[in-house]
Amino acid sequence: MSKTRSMISEYFDKYKINEIDKYQEMGGFAGLKNALEKGKEFVIEELKVSELRGRGGAAYPAHKKWQAAKSRTEEIKYVLVNADEGEPGTFKDRDILARDPYRVIEGLTIAGYTVGACEGYIYIREEYEDIRKRIIEAINIAKENNLLGNNILGTEFSFNIKAYTGAGAYVCGENTALIESMHGNVGRPRVKRPRVGERGLFGKPTMVNNVETYACAAAILNHGAEVYGAQGMNGHKGTKMISLCGNIQRPGVYEIPFGLPVKDIVEEIGGGTRNLSLGKFIQSGGASCPLIPYTHFETEYGYDTFKSNGFDIGSGSIVVANGNVRVVDYLSAVSGFFEHESCGKCTPCREGTKRIHEIIDDMVKNQASMKQFNRIKKIAETMIDSSLCGLGQTAPTAVLSAMKHFEEELLESITE
Amino acid sequence: MIKLTVNNTPVEVPESSTILDAARKAGFDVPTLCFMKETNEVGACRVCLVEVEGQSKLQASCVTNAREGMVVKTNTKKVRDRVRTNVELLLENHNRECTTCVRSENCELLDLAHTLDIPDLEFQGEKRDRYYDDYSHSIVRDSSKCILCGKCVSVCKKVQDIGVLGFQNRGYNSNVGPAFQHKMTETNCIFCGQCVNVCPVGALTEKTDIPRVWAALEDPDTFVVVQTAPAVRAALGEEFGNPIGTRSTGKMVASLRRLGFDNVFDTNFAADLTILEEGHELLHRIQNNGVLPMITSCSPGWIRYCEFNHQDFLPNLSSCKSPHQMFGALSKTYYAEKQNVDPEKMFVVSVMPCISKKTEAARPEMEQEGLRDVDAVITTRELARMIKQAGISFNTLPDEPFDKIMGEYTGAGVIFGATGGVMEAAIRTVADVLTGEDLENIEYQAVRGTQDIKEATVNLGGIDVKVAVVHGTKTAGKLLDLIRKGEKDYHFIEVMGCPGGCVNGGGQPQVPQKIRDTVDLKVERAKALYEEDIILSVRKSHKNEEVKKLYDEFLGKPNSHKAHHLLHTHYTKRTL
Repeated sequence: MSKTRSMISEYFDKYKINEIDKYQEMGGFAGLKNALEKGKEFVIEELKVSELRGRGGAAYPAHKKWQAAKSRTEEIKYVLVNADEGEPGTFKDRDILARDPYRVIEGLTIAGYTVGACEGYIYIREEYEDIRKRIIEAINIAKENNLLGNNILGTEFSFNIKAYTGAGAYVCGENTALIESMHGNVGRPRVKRPRVGERGLFGKPTMVNNVETYACAAAILNHGAEVYGAQGMNGHKGTKMISLCGNIQRPGVYEIPFGLPVKDIVEEIGGGTRNLSLGKFIQSGGASCPLIPYTHFETEYGYDTFKSNGFDIGSGSIVVANGNVRVVDYLSAVSGFFEHESCGKCTPCREGTKRIHEIIDDMVKNQASMKQFNRIKKIAETMIDSSLCGLGQTAPTAVLSAMKHFEEELLESITE
Repeated sequence: MIKLTVNNTPVEVPESSTILDAARKAGFDVPTLCFMKETNEVGACRVCLVEVEGQSKLQASCVTNAREGMVVKTNTKKVRDRVRTNVELLLENHNRECTTCVRSENCELLDLAHTLDIPDLEFQGEKRDRYYDDYSHSIVRDSSKCILCGKCVSVCKKVQDIGVLGFQNRGYNSNVGPAFQHKMTETNCIFCGQCVNVCPVGALTEKTDIPRVWAALEDPDTFVVVQTAPAVRAALGEEFGNPIGTRSTGKMVASLRRLGFDNVFDTNFAADLTILEEGHELLHRIQNNGVLPMITSCSPGWIRYCEFNHQDFLPNLSSCKSPHQMFGALSKTYYAEKQNVDPEKMFVVSVMPCISKKTEAARPEMEQEGLRDVDAVITTRELARMIKQAGISFNTLPDEPFDKIMGEYTGAGVIFGATGGVMEAAIRTVADVLTGEDLENIEYQAVRGTQDIKEATVNLGGIDVKVAVVHGTKTAGKLLDLIRKGEKDYHFIEVMGCPGGCVNGGGQPQVPQKIRDTVDLKVERAKALYEEDIILSVRKSHKNEEVKKLYDEFLGKPNSHKAHHLLHTHYTKRTL
């Protein structure tokens, strides 16, 4: 297990929520203290040096987003945690929230301080009801200990956090849909500007980040960007929380160094695939990300190395499939997921997800024609180019990557 | 101003213009299906795609702002292919019974499919569940033809403030309709039909009465009388290729006669009558401390809205039936007696710009001695279809006049079809009655036009009468709220359920969105009515000789016992 790291996850399971004194003795909230002491510019600079990127999937450099939020001149701003973790195969946010809730509170408070927000919100998916209760408890205890509320730690800075529950739609992980749902509207993405950074929650500028981004920011402020960055391997900086599942011996949430080859993730961290079969492919990043075939298992886990191969870090999920899994069966599950989760607003996504799923299912039954097979590409291209939001634009990714890497196998499902 | 190029054509547009605006200004037509300026800017259908230099994804031109220096292409292979695929995807899930669909002549989806040269679909997958609702008298909803553009949803909610229609479920199972798939009759739908007017396809249509009208016309023993509402003449011509705003009164009459109606009458006659009844009701209320403000009752959509949403104002509603109902009641009494026709064998058809009139005509109280006031209501659109079915060459018809006895009308009657018309007509008469003079200055500009709320104070024989005119139920609701709060106070209010009044009613010809985006139907069609007002020699309701005769020979005076029995009605508090 030496391949794992312990920065973001350093306090996992090491305390109970009511043991906040013990938590602080271990070093918890040191990041917040550091931030309050050294100032806002310092926080941004540390984020920049650490090369932290948005961990929800979009991988936008955190320091840029935080700087943009900080630069806005409005008096009221909000910072928000997107804990609507809904990407299939992704459960690392659940672990972070459940096993170290104070770290998220700390990260959010640092963010509030840095960008000048008066209030923070944690948007927790409905299914994490239990976690929501614990978070609320943690918020209250933090407040009692002057880590939240007025004049935090004796400074001028005052900040409060509220927890909010979504109603359970995948698309609400999309920031504008998330805000719409918080306003009591149907959770459908906004069609055009303004983006939430300009006008988000209650019409005010709102900075939204993933759970892990905040937790990681707290870790960076705690240990320093240099120390955090040095955790990476093979020239990569920092660490990443991954959700490892599928045909794997040891599924679970792990903190791994960037730069670790995929092969090591599967074999050393995950203990290899199940049922005496070798790994056939993984899907990294979520249902909307491409498959990585075994031929590419040497690829180092990192933003740039993945990108140059057409792969995606995404949300940090890694679903492993062994040799017993038919690619077409896997695609049926993925395309069925998108058919189910499309909000139905725009034509290409609403109709396209359905048709692709239909064709894949025909292939599962060996009933699809070559014309149908070719049609997938046409629909997929239209979805990518013309869907309203990221959901439709990325929904066909897995299918297209399978057609690239496993064409031969897929064609076995085609009957002329 | 912003400078950009569209297909290499330089164009300048004002700030906050969209790419669609710019493309149109540059002379390029970009197809749209869901877009409705200000009402439905949702970017959902994805057929208005364009390529913008520097952006990898295609942009929905209807909701993307034009920016300085933008380089836009509307006609590239990528755009054509993607738009075509999106239209194919819509068609695949669309109930393509185009040959028998009432909208095939002006279906915006079919038109686009033709333009893109999609002859047939290679694939046919599953179709989503169908919901079909023809239980109401006014609207038929067929979800199998719906393309989920959301225009009806937006119009119902944002324009009319009713909100009966909404999106349900998600993804492929999305559908538009009343909550929980209730029937329209189980909602507080007012049947204004504004949703029908904007539906690009045949998902929302009027419930047709054409077969019943043909059957009556066929039957030699049935005496079939037809009446036409004022707004019909301002729009019927559009169905035969005439420009919007063409007035075709004479040809309309001629075509009705050729369809075989025994008598062709004008609802305007009853509009004049309404002015006398309503005018005297108003005077009575003012002089006897009655409930004020009095509010007009011609528009059945508005009445239904009031019955559902503003029940505290029911006592304010004029007790007058709407003009076509008055007309129906008189046809089977006064006219039948005069012409010695058995009223049991009479069949009264109303041609209306409205589909709510269909529901109104079916109200249980709209009858006397067991005889329905009106037997069938057809819309302007349905009349056009009948004319086409009969092979009548509309545009070459001679202009013919209405029949006598109940066919005369004044300029006051004809302007009923536009917002403010009833008010203006009423003032013309009340002013004369109160001053005892024959006033010459009778054009009350303050109540004309399409602004939301029009107000005027008219000195009528020493009394300052405060009036207001609103159109569209949303504005009506707003005005009632102001009255409740005590911020506004009037004697008389005209309310029409549809924006612009009857000229823009839910039974009027459907106009493609791209024309609606540039032409204000309400204004153009109203012009035709005001034009007819001017050319008529008699422009005040109380000067209508046939109406005078009706009172002399039959009703006695306005608001007489007999008039009340035949021409007035009552309202019901409605709940869901």
